[in-house]
Amino acid sequence: MIDEALARLSDNLFFGTVLLYALSMLAFAGEQAARRTRLVEESGAAAAATRLAASRRTRAMAGGPSTVEEPPVADPAAPRPSRAGQVGLVLAAVGAVVHTGSVVTRGLAADRVPWGNMYEFSSMVALAAVVIFLVLVATGRVERSLGAFVMLPAVLYLGLAGTVLYTAAGPLVPALDSYWIQIHVFAAILSSGAFLLGGIVALLYLLRSRHDSQVAEGRVPRFPMSMGSTLPTAPVLDRVSYAVIAFAFPIWTFAIIAGAIWAEAAWGRYWGWDPKETWSFITWVLYAGYLHARATAGWKGTRAAWIGVIGAVALIINYYVVNIFIVGFHSYA
Amino acid sequence: MTLAPDQQTTREAEDSASRLSTAPQPLGPTDRQLMAPVRRAWRQLTSMRTALLLLFLLALASIPGSFLPQRGVNPVLVLEYFDDHPTLAPILDRLGFFDSFAAPWFAAVYLLLFVSLVGCLGPRIRLHAKALRTPPPPVPRVLTRMPSTDRWETGSDAEQVLAQTGRGLRKGRWRVVTRPAEGGGGAISAEKGYLRETGNLLFHLSLVGLLVGIAMGGLLGFQGTVLVKEGDGFANSVFAYDDIKPGRRFDADRLVPFSFALEDFRATYADDGKALTFNADLTYKDSPDAASQPYDLRVNHPLSIGGAKTYLLGHGYAPKVVVTDLEGNRLEQTVVCLPQGPTFLSTCVVKVPDAAGEQLAFEGVFTPTTVQDPETGRVTSVYPAPEAPALTLVGFRGDLNLDNGLPQSVYALDDRSGLEPVDGDTPHKLLPGETWELPGGGSITFVETTEWATFQVTQDPGKVVALVASTGMVLGLCLSLFVRRRRVWIRVTPVPAGGGPGSGRTVVEVAGLARTGAEAFADEFTSLTGRVRETAPPSSSPTPEQQEHT
Repeated sequence: MIDEALARLSDNLFFGTVLLYALSMLAFAGEQAARRTRLVEESGAAAAATRLAASRRTRAMAGGPSTVEEPPVADPAAPRPSRAGQVGLVLAAVGAVVHTGSVVTRGLAADRVPWGNMYEFSSMVALAAVVIFLVLVATGRVERSLGAFVMLPAVLYLGLAGTVLYTAAGPLVPALDSYWIQIHVFAAILSSGAFLLGGIVALLYLLRSRHDSQVAEGRVPRFPMSMGSTLPTAPVLDRVSYAVIAFAFPIWTFAIIAGAIWAEAAWGRYWGWDPKETWSFITWVLYAGYLHARATAGWKGTRAAWIGVIGAVALIINYYVVNIFIVGFHSYA
Repeated sequence: MTLAPDQQTTREAEDSASRLSTAPQPLGPTDRQLMAPVRRAWRQLTSMRTALLLLFLLALASIPGSFLPQRGVNPVLVLEYFDDHPTLAPILDRLGFFDSFAAPWFAAVYLLLFVSLVGCLGPRIRLHAKALRTPPPPVPRVLTRMPSTDRWETGSDAEQVLAQTGRGLRKGRWRVVTRPAEGGGGAISAEKGYLRETGNLLFHLSLVGLLVGIAMGGLLGFQGTVLVKEGDGFANSVFAYDDIKPGRRFDADRLVPFSFALEDFRATYADDGKALTFNADLTYKDSPDAASQPYDLRVNHPLSIGGAKTYLLGHGYAPKVVVTDLEGNRLEQTVVCLPQGPTFLSTCVVKVPDAAGEQLAFEGVFTPTTVQDPETGRVTSVYPAPEAPALTLVGFRGDLNLDNGLPQSVYALDDRSGLEPVDGDTPHKLLPGETWELPGGGSITFVETTEWATFQVTQDPGKVVALVASTGMVLGLCLSLFVRRRRVWIRVTPVPAGGGPGSGRTVVEVAGLARTGAEAFADEFTSLTGRVRETAPPSSSPTPEQQEHT
């Protein structure tokens, strides 16, 4: 029933994915480091130039964020933009293709959808997050400079999946044998990937805005706030995290409803406050809070971003803590 | 919610633009003084900040129910918790933590949230209905204040530009009003994206509908469980169940009068003992007079009759035994044994009160795949399927004390005071077909292995309401998150002929305002002005042309 050769191929591709993502992360980090060095050099030069003559360009640079987004290339002596980021992006894209291959071969090996246990689910969530990120970069909604911050959690997430949660390819337990699993779990995977991505970007927004306010106060931001200088501007980060979360929220809602329909067919009730259901509800309420907060004076910005981060934490609790430590109807793998 | 007045600054416009909320509208100043505190409390409750707070409280109030055992989910775990925490558990119990989703504090949070929601919905529905009837407002005097603007001069005729642009916008499903100006030309106001607020209202109304559906289930629903042995039947009535959970307003007359018989139960397992499939072959009748039909009941494949759904809940073994008494009467029984673990080692109790002379009783285990320790003689099961079934029993003779009025479990020998062991404590292992001749007369034969299954029957009239409401929620959410409300104005002013620069030409001004999704709107605005430029090509001579996007 299980195609062992395919299952092995899937495992090898999974290993290759982690490797590619890790290399991509390093390349992105290299670009970050190069940009920061350049920024430090340029702001040093800018300070000197300001002292000499208040040229237009240097004044713009002292303004901060706007120059961060587009490093001035007017100066022919300025170093060319780093290739490392481009390499990172290619590695991430190739990684995503290999990752897809790993997931598909896993499904073919077991002759079912490849999201039947925690290992497979984690792998799919990471794939969803990486693909959404790559789509955002490709459509120009987000700068690739976020790459390192996306690939690092993806590598950690996959590392955890491949070691602690690893389950050999096998058939499904009877309760999971339903076409609703394909719909319910797929929606949960897609929205989880987006929510986690949204959480990361919200966290970066918090970092960036803290960095900005420290700069505005004339202080020198220290780690981790110092990383803020190479990030997109705070409004961009805020918009991206909102867009990703707003994309995920209706899908999450649908996942819960599809789960309820499945529960009705499998267990005889559509809602029963099973721990997994409870935490899905908590996650849903938190993100509903996020969407409302972003439209409420006094809550938009930092507070809303914190809610976005807390929502991602609830999602992680829902997955790891509830699956592993609490016995409930969803304790399958 | 109406769009911001034209004089409003962009920042304010954006403020109210991105609002997904159910924010209240201030009440009119005519309210009586007496009502002021009530009004203030109401406004407080229906304010966005309160709603946000209640949302977080709701999330917080849900957490204990996921970590503490719940009676509604698993009552056995609650009893275990009481054993493990003898001091803490009663306190938690008094505070409702073991039924936390039915606790007053949980109800308080969600009821307040819903009151706040309904309080906002009323005014917002009225406002939206009004906005739907109100044509887009006239073009503002100074268009350059808008976030997206464009201006050029053209040689085209003003009236023609107005007519063509209006047509184009209408085709693009904009809501268009053309207002002619006094000195010729005129202005178009167009608006699009009303569905955003419609979706928002639909989502929040659906939430109320969902609550109604859930409440209907709680009040009018019914849930019962019943154990049926292979070959036995079940007819739906309150008395046929082993356990029932009726809703508070459930009427027993509403039970669907169906019946079914369990013909055969089959389970398959993987080599490691993990369950692969469960099948219960049923024959059922919709009503006592209906023809009987077969049904293959499985997990994820319930039997649906009328408003009632029958689910497969659990299963176990029921060995068939024949007991002969001292007079030689054959007493046949199918004994329901309770599984004790994944290998289905099951405990069995056989009570034979009708045995002539002294009553008989047996106690022991059923092992589907039996392995016996050669030294101790203990039997155990190594696999859940009946590959090598055995029934291992200890026998008793005497008085079962069934007539003393105390209820007894059929699954246990509660009262052994009148019983004497037949053959000491030595258990006797029986394979199918084997008979144990009891010392002092009588015998017991393990005839064959049969199975039983438990079924759950539910009736939930609120289910359909909840499903419709859920669909409305998703639809409403998508509309309210992805539709953008935006407005454009086009003013076409002919420059009077007779000297001066640009005389005889027509000035076209375009402006746009998006309440959300500024970037997406910038693209839309560019393509929109592009189309207007096609109908009104800019004059070749230098014109004060400008184009700004924010």
